[in-house]
Amino acid sequence: MSKQYETVIGLEVHVELATKTKIFCACSTAFGGAPNTHTCPVCTGMPGSLPVLNKQVVEYALAVGLATNCQIHQYCKFDRKNYFYPDNPQNYQISQLYLPICHDGGVEIETAGGKKIIGIHEIHMEEDAGKLVHDEWEDCSLVDYNRSGVPLIEIVSEPDMRSAEEVIAYLEKLRQIIQYLGASDCKLQEGSMRADVNLSVHEVGAEKFGTRTEMKNLNSFKAIAHAIEGERERQIELIEAGRKVIQETRRWDDNKESSFTMRSKEDAQDYRYFPDPDLTPVVISDEWIAEVKARQPELRSEKLERYKKEFDIPDYDAQIITNSKHMADLFEAATAICKKPKKVSNWLMGETLRLLKENNMDPEDLSFAPENLAKLVDLADAGTVNSSVAKKVFEQIFKENVDPEAYIEEHGLKTVNDEGALKATIEQIVSENPQSVADYKGGKKKAIGFLVGQTMKAMKGKADPASVNKILKEILDQE
Amino acid sequence: MKITELTAVTLGKKIKAKEITVAEAVSAVLEQIEAVEGDVHAYVTRKDKEKVLKKAEEIQAKIDAGELDGPLAGVPVAVKDNMCTEGVLTTCSSKILSNFKPTYTAEAVKNLEKAGAVIIGKTNMDEFAMGSTTETSAYGVTRNPWNLEHVPGGSSGGSCAAVAAGECLFALGSDTGGSIRQPSSFCGVTGLKPTYGTVSRYGLIAYGSSLDQIGPVAKDVTDCATILEAIASYDKKDSTSVKREDYDFTSALVDDVKGMRIGIPRDYFGEGLDPEVKEAILAAAKVLEEKGAIVEEFDLSLVEYAIPAYYVIACAEASSNLARFDGVKYGYRAKDYEGLHNMYKKTRSEGFGAEVKRRIMLGSFVLSSGYYDAYYLKALRTKALIKKTFDKAFDKYDVILGPAAPNTAPKIGDSLSDPLKMYLGDIYTISVNLAGLPGMSVPCGRDAKGLPIGLQLIGDCFKEKNIIRAAYAYEQTRKYEAPKLAKTAEGEAK
Repeated sequence: MSKQYETVIGLEVHVELATKTKIFCACSTAFGGAPNTHTCPVCTGMPGSLPVLNKQVVEYALAVGLATNCQIHQYCKFDRKNYFYPDNPQNYQISQLYLPICHDGGVEIETAGGKKIIGIHEIHMEEDAGKLVHDEWEDCSLVDYNRSGVPLIEIVSEPDMRSAEEVIAYLEKLRQIIQYLGASDCKLQEGSMRADVNLSVHEVGAEKFGTRTEMKNLNSFKAIAHAIEGERERQIELIEAGRKVIQETRRWDDNKESSFTMRSKEDAQDYRYFPDPDLTPVVISDEWIAEVKARQPELRSEKLERYKKEFDIPDYDAQIITNSKHMADLFEAATAICKKPKKVSNWLMGETLRLLKENNMDPEDLSFAPENLAKLVDLADAGTVNSSVAKKVFEQIFKENVDPEAYIEEHGLKTVNDEGALKATIEQIVSENPQSVADYKGGKKKAIGFLVGQTMKAMKGKADPASVNKILKEILDQE
Repeated sequence: MKITELTAVTLGKKIKAKEITVAEAVSAVLEQIEAVEGDVHAYVTRKDKEKVLKKAEEIQAKIDAGELDGPLAGVPVAVKDNMCTEGVLTTCSSKILSNFKPTYTAEAVKNLEKAGAVIIGKTNMDEFAMGSTTETSAYGVTRNPWNLEHVPGGSSGGSCAAVAAGECLFALGSDTGGSIRQPSSFCGVTGLKPTYGTVSRYGLIAYGSSLDQIGPVAKDVTDCATILEAIASYDKKDSTSVKREDYDFTSALVDDVKGMRIGIPRDYFGEGLDPEVKEAILAAAKVLEEKGAIVEEFDLSLVEYAIPAYYVIACAEASSNLARFDGVKYGYRAKDYEGLHNMYKKTRSEGFGAEVKRRIMLGSFVLSSGYYDAYYLKALRTKALIKKTFDKAFDKYDVILGPAAPNTAPKIGDSLSDPLKMYLGDIYTISVNLAGLPGMSVPCGRDAKGLPIGLQLIGDCFKEKNIIRAAYAYEQTRKYEAPKLAKTAEGEAK
């Protein structure tokens, strides 16, 4: 590559809102019901049915817009986007084109080169589609409309990002804000947050941006980063070879780690948008905006400040913990029970992060109850279990959300504090390992480690290593 | 007088007074249908006789127990086939919905059921309410009971013909551009299109959502006001439904128009208006003037823009509203197809008739990228301007008076060959829908061929009472005329 290229990236992020009911009917948004059980005439597009807007959707969209410094269209409208597809029961999607609820905002991200604002062009509300299920056995396709009408917001950024790192930082920032607002759980894997990447490259110094492509089907940060790298390289290769980048939509294949053309601009559809005559314009008063602002939950920066005042934990820990609303909630709930913030924090910063990484999970995936972590903190603190047993128990809490008390009881993991029993075992070990004893006495003080290990093994890990050490020394120094 | 010749309210009173039972009323209607339906063909679907009689018994029991005492309790009614009726075929007179049985009932129909009316069947219409003659129905033409060689008008032609022929005591129609008023005029019955938002559209299969409104068709003004009282409601399921201050439409049934200001738009009496119609309308205006109303002519303006604006808006909405009929979820699906797109194409090509296809294409065109501003947006602006000219007129007048249609019912087969001419026939009714106003058609005589002429009365938004009062006062000066059908059922009312 002889020339220097700059990458320009804009994102379209779809976020599924955490309402209990759908955007235009009273059906449940709950995940996982039997096919077509969370449906009614409205969300299955029955003739004569009419949409009625769920107010909570507007409030969530408004809250996200305000938290991302957007302007609000206080007179906003819904439009119909017309296209035929069986997952779309009316063959039009109710969305917003002409007057989206939020516009002209932005969020600040940290980049290698310092702080940077990523502009938000607009945020609009829309309905999700159903799901097509292909029945291989019968060789036919079926439609499940349970997801049809689940509320979404689409956050359209300005083309302000220049690298995969900036994209990830922007997405993490959005996710954090939205999770703190409680507007969505933003799980990429489950599709409650989805990002389409618009990317173009141009020579550094060029006046105009290059032709962009849109990449779909990216369901992890890793896929997004890989897709960006891959698409950047693909476009540069085309340009270097004297060929043109074609404006098109490409689909990312996570297994093949590459993308392929879905549709080009030539067969881009004309969606024939027009205002939905079944819905009246949404008028958002100053009072309503003030109300939503007043109800806004504590955001991350505020939480961070509070942690510094309220809890005696290092700044770094507070940063990591508050990075995820879910982890912060866990921390606060566990601390409220055991009143030991430092110890709860240690469990989160140490074992929790380690296990998350090991299992390739996000903090959002943590599923154990804060009660169980608090109990474990207390049990370890009281010396009921030693630290290595505590770690093993924690693994079980992490994986299965076990009650540590019951688990310790059931598996006989309590530390043996009976000095007589301990002494007897140690004497046994000492008599069985004359070589180590001789080494110790000969000045190899490290040999005691082996003897401690043997004792712990004989005690099945349930002894307090400090006590073992102490008794061992007494015996060895006596002899 | 035969039961089927009574007005709905009169029959309701006789049922309440135990002079007539619900079963007798229903049987009389069923017999009349047996006798005349072969000629008129007003119905697409007639409910099973046993079921209707069973329903009649149920309602009778409720009336006897005092649980039902409304004016329409026990009165047989017909419903236009674009309103959903749970478990009963609802076709919109289209092949594409030939097998469609809704899972729920339209709000307006539910309100009728609550009032104790007995639903007899579903009436024929222009396919998806697109047409002015009821000839675009996939299930055959309906004939005008006044002259079987003529159309009943449309699109609620089945409802209006059924009322005129005594095949029901009253009916529900829907009006997007005149579809209640024009066929009422052609069939010599009274029809009312309420202010947009007065009757819930929930369960009405949409044609032009921003214009569609359900309303009553009956023999007289009293019936219409009474029926409107029963069907009008604020419905949370319809975002365009309005919570009105008044629902007491029958309180306007007063024979007094002294001081009422009535405007006659000169624009409605120009070229294209049949002289016989003109004469009848002006004579009706004279009657109201003699009763003390202040009648004067004025210039409404913008009338010529109503038709293009209407066809752009209604077709645009229709092109999107009718997209759901695709063979995937319900309704007709083509038999042989390869793949999804071919299935869509074949199903819709075979399932829709020519007029519906024409309007879907027109609507898709005006919404297309590059044409949206020039057509759709311009039409919306025209609509707003038309509303303004009416606002101005209603500063001066309580009621605007004119013809419902430029002529009387044309012969079957004369209209479809020239759709543009058919569209122009909507000139007096269409702007009422664009402005969301209430409008009414009242019989005001017949032409030399004996075909009925309709007087149209238009009111300001939410001022149905003004037009009801004017119509009622006018109606007191004349007698209701029913067509003389060759074959009719025997039987006199007690």
